[in-house]
Amino acid sequence: MRGLNRRAAAAMTAAAAFALIVAIYAGGALLPDTALAADFSQKGLPPSWAHPFGTDFLGRDMLVRTVKGLSLSLTVGAAASTASALIALAVGMAAAMGRRWVDHGVNWLIDLFMSVPHTVLIILISIALSRGATGLMAGIALTHWVSLARVIRGEALQIRSEQYIAASRRFGRSPLWVARNHVLPHMAPQFLVGLVLLFPHAVMHESGLTFLGFGLPPEQPAIGIILSESMRYISSGALWLAFFPGASLVALVLLIDKLGNTARHLLEPKEAQL
Amino acid sequence: MGKLKSVAIYAARGVTLLLAVSIFSFMLASASPIDPETRYRLSHPGASDANVAKMREYWGVDEPPAERYLGWLGGVLRGDWGVSTTYRRPVLEVVGTRFKTSLALMMTAWAFSGLLGFAVGCLMGVFRGRWPDRVIRRFCLLLCSAPTFWIGLVFLAVFAAALGWFPFGLAVPPGVPPDQVTMGQRIHHLILPALTLSFLSFANLALHTREKLGDVFDSDYALFARARGESDASVLLRHGARNALIPATMLHFGSFAELFGGSVFAETIFSYPGLGAAAAAAGMGASDMPLFLGIVMFSACFVFAGNLMANILAQIIDPRTREGVKA
Repeated sequence: MRGLNRRAAAAMTAAAAFALIVAIYAGGALLPDTALAADFSQKGLPPSWAHPFGTDFLGRDMLVRTVKGLSLSLTVGAAASTASALIALAVGMAAAMGRRWVDHGVNWLIDLFMSVPHTVLIILISIALSRGATGLMAGIALTHWVSLARVIRGEALQIRSEQYIAASRRFGRSPLWVARNHVLPHMAPQFLVGLVLLFPHAVMHESGLTFLGFGLPPEQPAIGIILSESMRYISSGALWLAFFPGASLVALVLLIDKLGNTARHLLEPKEAQL
Repeated sequence: MGKLKSVAIYAARGVTLLLAVSIFSFMLASASPIDPETRYRLSHPGASDANVAKMREYWGVDEPPAERYLGWLGGVLRGDWGVSTTYRRPVLEVVGTRFKTSLALMMTAWAFSGLLGFAVGCLMGVFRGRWPDRVIRRFCLLLCSAPTFWIGLVFLAVFAAALGWFPFGLAVPPGVPPDQVTMGQRIHHLILPALTLSFLSFANLALHTREKLGDVFDSDYALFARARGESDASVLLRHGARNALIPATMLHFGSFAELFGGSVFAETIFSYPGLGAAAAAAGMGASDMPLFLGIVMFSACFVFAGNLMANILAQIIDPRTREGVKA
């Protein structure tokens, strides 16, 4: 990337990260389920060239399971973080543009959501919605909007004090019209970046809750399921069953984080100084 | 006078928040598709009709939701938190004994990650931009992206299974009567889960401390101190660390929620008989709602206590917030 300036280099990084994430997703979605068939002649093999991540005790290839798991994590994470970011946008805009009591109400609501540990709250929401993917996604979406809502509120408050907003109000535009046409468009960068930065948290909580048994059902090839199964074999020394799937999850999280941070540098002028 | 008022406001806010938490969690618990009677019969096969009737009365199954909630809240305030269906003992007793076990774990991890995080943050701040900073920062960012439960699994696989340095789990050696367990054995069982749990907030704290130190070192007064001939160490101790300590303290006391959340994972992996493992166990199967609600309420108090301590300590450490100055 010698010949490029920093902005172009950042754009390249973001594009590469995005392409890699899409590739992981497509890999998991396109791999046929037959690749996960049990094969007892291959059971419990440590990593080798034929099976880079080893095989589990049903003889399934761990690399295939991991890629499928990551793909599933991406799906759940995308849905949950999009829902969460939409909640954040709605709540943050309402707090900034609405009347004072709305702002107070939102602050109180934020305090409320911060006052119970998220893991406990997600478990409770997940139980209330009879577990499974829906409960898990609802739990993640309802607990992760807080920080982005604060960012959006702050940003919207700043824009609200601009002269053109006052002018628009004097021309007789309703507060709702002003919010939608003058303020909302400015929220696009924060919203997008916030959405991507929410993603890693969503993915980590998804795998964590699934690991504890409150998320995806055991027949799904999720990373959390793989890791909770591996618990049983760790004492017999099958380290690879836990190590590679988890490390891949960390790599995916780092990748998404990289994408989010690069996007922030590109989209937000104030953050452009790398 | 002003102080008394702010304390009163703070206390009122705490009480309203706890009330709101109780209402919302009770609503969520009631929304669960398994109704209390089915749950009770599932967890107590062959329960007598008299016991079922008692349970129905405690939970007010036949009453409208609002009354049911008030009945439960009244019980909670009187100290009657219901009976846990998982452990077959009163919820308050389960929460109390388990919290004592958890507290040792959480406080060890918390103190360790606080000291280490602050020290490492200072180290990064001093070497800002040079290779030690870059290496450690990479490592910290990596840690931020690693789920606690996976770190725990790797520790378990490496230090307990492969190397055999530490036991596989539990808080005491199995088969030893409680009064014969030595302090050394307890500590031996505590190290791995505590280490796992401390990795949760350590990196975050270190990175924040580094940022704050960076701000201080860029300031005019730090430049002036250098111009006077003060060494790196002296600038760090007299200006950097003092200024970075306040946000670090606030952050670390404010991390009680993550600490509690992390303990659910750390305790489950190491089968450590604390409150976190109880939370995970209470949610399983037919879900032990009395215990789970108790844990939700208790964890809210725990988080509130952390924030309260953060605010009090900030007032003590930071002379600027002591009197008359409003943030």
